[in-house]
Amino acid sequence: MKYTEEHEWLRAEGDAYVVGITEHATTQLGDLVFVELPEVGTTVAKDDEIVVIESVKAASDIMAPVDGEITEVNEALAADPSLANSDPLGDGWFFKIKPSDASQLDGLMDEAAYTALIG
Amino acid sequence: MSDLKQTPLHALHVALGAKMVPFAGYDMPVQFPLGVMKEHLHTRTKAGLFDVSHMGQVIVRGATYEAAAMGLETLIPVDVLGLGENRQRYGFFTNEDGGIEDDLMLANRGNHVFVVVNAACKDADIAHMKSALAPDVVVTEITDRALLALQGPAAETVLATLDLRAADMRFMDVATLDLNGVDAWVSRSGYTGEDGYEISVPMDSAEPLARALLDHPDVEPIGLGARDSLRLEAGLCLYGHDIDDTTTPVEAGLTWAIQKVRRVGDDRAGGFPGADQILHQIEDGVTRKRVGLLPEGRAPMREGVPLFDAEDSEEPIGTITSGSFGPTVGGPVAMGYVPTEYAKTGTTLYGELRGKRMPVTVAKLPFTPANFKR
Repeated sequence: MKYTEEHEWLRAEGDAYVVGITEHATTQLGDLVFVELPEVGTTVAKDDEIVVIESVKAASDIMAPVDGEITEVNEALAADPSLANSDPLGDGWFFKIKPSDASQLDGLMDEAAYTALIG
Repeated sequence: MSDLKQTPLHALHVALGAKMVPFAGYDMPVQFPLGVMKEHLHTRTKAGLFDVSHMGQVIVRGATYEAAAMGLETLIPVDVLGLGENRQRYGFFTNEDGGIEDDLMLANRGNHVFVVVNAACKDADIAHMKSALAPDVVVTEITDRALLALQGPAAETVLATLDLRAADMRFMDVATLDLNGVDAWVSRSGYTGEDGYEISVPMDSAEPLARALLDHPDVEPIGLGARDSLRLEAGLCLYGHDIDDTTTPVEAGLTWAIQKVRRVGDDRAGGFPGADQILHQIEDGVTRKRVGLLPEGRAPMREGVPLFDAEDSEEPIGTITSGSFGPTVGGPVAMGYVPTEYAKTGTTLYGELRGKRMPVTVAKLPFTPANFKR
C-alpha cells in the first residue's frame, strides 16, 4: 500500500491502482454525504482535482495521485457516500487509475512514512 | 487560538472526545465521536444535550416588568408588554433601515425580562440596550451562568427525572426548576424544531448537571455541526447568514413575530427602529423573500451559491444563505433570498455549483415538521 500527503491510499491491482482515502482523512472530514467521481476513460494529470467530496459541513477535493487513466469508479460509493466512513480501505474506494508513468509511484509514501506524517 | 474563551463545559467536551473549533470567540465542540449525522438523527429520535453557554444571557429590569417591557419595545417590534408571566417569545433588534441587528428570545420572569442573544452579537446588543434604555431600565449581562439545551422527543421524560414540573411546561413556558439541587431557569424551547428545554444554571453546577443528563441512556452530547443541520431542517434563521442588518423581518418571513398590537392602526403601532419601512412592507409586500430550497440530487448547495431563473440566464436572481445536507430529510436542504415572483412553492430555479447549473425547487419551510408540545 502507498500513501499521498493528501491522505489517499493506493493498492496495486493488476496494472492499475485502487485509490481511496485513509481512515485519518475520513475522521477529519466527518460523515460524507456526497461524492462526485470522474468518468471512466478520463486521462488525468497528477494533482488534478478529480473527485468532489462533501461532508455535512464542507466540500473538498481529491486529487489524482499520479498521471494516468481512470479505468473504473466506485458507483456504490456515489450512491452511498457513507461507505467511505464505514470502510475507508475496502468498500469505500473511489476509483482505479492506470499510471502512465510508473516512476511517479516511487515518490509516494509507504505505511511507516504515512503513519509518521499523521503522527 | 489562546485568546479563545471557554464555556464552563469545556473540560467535559474535551473529556468526551469532542472536536473543538473556534466559534464566536469561543472554543466550542463542533462534533462528538458519534459524528454530525448520528448526532442529528439521535436528537430527532431521542434527546441531544447542547452547550450554548457562549450565547448572551441578559436581565433587563425596570421599576416593574411593564417598565422594562416598554423600554424594550422601543428597540424590538414585538409585543413585550403583553407577554404573559412565565412565557417566552421570539424577537429581534431592528435598525433604522428596518434591517435586523440580532434575533433573540425574551421571557417574562415576573419582575424582569430575561433575554438570550447570539454569541457573536452579545457585546453590541448589550451596549445597544444600555445606551437606549438607561437610566430607568437596568441592563445586566449574566456572566456566571451556563446555558444548556436538551432537545428531542425524549427531553421531557429525561428532565422530569430531575424535576417532575418539567413535564407540566408547554412550548414557550418558562419556570424555575430544581435540577440537582440548583435553581435552573428553564424555558420549553430551542433551536432544533424538536420539543425540548433551554436551561440556565450557575457555572459551577453546569458540569454536574450535564453529566446527570448524559447518564440517561437516551441522551447524547451534540456539537455545533448537528445544531446547524437541525435548525436548517427546522427552517430557523441563523443570524449573520439568513438574516442580517440588510434583511428586514418581512423579507425574512418573520412577520409572524410582529404581533398585531405593534402594527399599523393598533395601540402600540411602530415606535421601534425602522418602523416606517417594516410596517409599510407588512401592508404593501416586499420585492424579495426568504424561501426554502431543495436541490435535486445529493450535492449540497451551501451559503453563497448563486441562484438563476434558467439554465442559461446571465444574471443571478438570488443567493443561498444557508445550505447543507439534511440527515432527516436524507438529501440537501437550503434557504435563500429570491425575488417575490420566484418565491412560490414548486418554482424551479438553478443553483450554480462548480460551474454547473443544478435544478433546485422552492419548498415550504420547515423541511421537517415541528414537534413542539403546544
